[in-house]
Amino acid sequence: MTVLAFISVSVATPITRWPAFIAFFSLLIFTAVMSKIPLLLLFKRALIEIPFIFFAILMPFFGEGEKFSLFSLELYRDGLLAGTSIVVKGTLGVLAAVILSTTTTAREILRGLETLKLPTIMVQIASFMLRYINVISDEMERMKVARESRGFVATGIKHWKVLATAAAALFIRSYERGERVHLAMLSRGFDGVLPSLNNQSVTARQWLTALSIPFLALTASLIALMIGW
Amino acid sequence: MTSTPSLQISELAFAYPDGNQALFGVNLTIQKGERVALLGPNGAGKTTLVMHMNGIHPTMQGEVRISGELVDSKNKSSLKAIRSKVGIVFQDPDDQLFMPTVGEDVAFGPYNMGLRGEELNKVVAQALSQVGMLEFIDRPPHHLSFGQRRRVAVATVLAMKPEILILDEPSSNLDPASRRELADILRSLEITIVMVTHDLPYAHELCERSVILSGGIIVADGKTDVILKDKALLKSHRLELPVGFNL
Repeated sequence: MTVLAFISVSVATPITRWPAFIAFFSLLIFTAVMSKIPLLLLFKRALIEIPFIFFAILMPFFGEGEKFSLFSLELYRDGLLAGTSIVVKGTLGVLAAVILSTTTTAREILRGLETLKLPTIMVQIASFMLRYINVISDEMERMKVARESRGFVATGIKHWKVLATAAAALFIRSYERGERVHLAMLSRGFDGVLPSLNNQSVTARQWLTALSIPFLALTASLIALMIGW
Repeated sequence: MTSTPSLQISELAFAYPDGNQALFGVNLTIQKGERVALLGPNGAGKTTLVMHMNGIHPTMQGEVRISGELVDSKNKSSLKAIRSKVGIVFQDPDDQLFMPTVGEDVAFGPYNMGLRGEELNKVVAQALSQVGMLEFIDRPPHHLSFGQRRRVAVATVLAMKPEILILDEPSSNLDPASRRELADILRSLEITIVMVTHDLPYAHELCERSVILSGGIIVADGKTDVILKDKALLKSHRLELPVGFNL
């Protein structure tokens, strides 16, 4: 929730108000330090962002409008702004998400979503996904080993057909497993309501602590607006 | 015995929607506290029969009674009672364990029966200690070994305090030690057990009585000893003892 609020605030702030973003970054680093996450780990995990940044970096080179040159490169002003904006905001969002996932187990996130009154069906779907993702990825791995032990190596487009068949087989197996799980649930008296995962309540204090982060970010953004940077 | 039998099946027949008939009039009575092995080759209709025992497959012809009560898949409230009396342990523990932690999974059945709070926790702890898995209560199922998952699967069903425990291929994929541990657990339980298997030595180890289901009917019913010694009978139903195994 806090992460979402934080991301919304930072996305809503125009890139031209750069001091606000320095404040955002410091806030995140502060949170990370407070929750005892090694910064190196934080940045390592944030590397996942790189493929997305790649396109943002291209943006200044393609576009229209005002041009200017920098180190003998021809850049478009709008593209540059949009590109930087994506990189900066994306990094902020990824960092915030990384902090959440490092400090909180997936189970607790689910619990949190339930407390936040996300529709139960969505929480349930996410919880099943969490449970079966390992089972299915193991199955995929076994299929891969089985393929390779019969001398198959996927090298190019001509092998896509085999991979597609494998994906289809995996899909059908997962579907059938879904049916068996449902049978097993019925046998234990399932009637449409999963037991609630939640057994602890959130104190007002915890709420305040959590919400203080997006609140501080919002303040920083507003101050930057007022000073008129 | 004079008490009502745990399981009473009479003239049960069933055909799948595609017209493939799986059961042709099954008659089977199992008394309270008995341990019975349900033997049969692949495709004999064992699983189909099991699915009738708690009303997952609607009865087409004949009837199934659990401790005297008729299994009627149209009567929702009685079905709920039946399902709490019949505990099925499925073959693949990954199908059975779907909640994020072992504890929550064991709680699933009793929760559906309306238990909450302290009482629920007590039942969960008891079921897990019956299978020696209490210390794993907060672990996610995918972190357990296959044998451990099978034991937790048994606990999920025990937590519902069933009248009759049905195990589908309980020994499949288990290493010898897990196999023996599971056997010890099953022996320690004082409930009616139906064990669906083609692992004949395991049936011999655990069950006094055996029933052979083949081609959708019961073809033999008697002491496990006697049945497993009848080589001709076994052979005609695609069952055989492992090489070198003698009774």
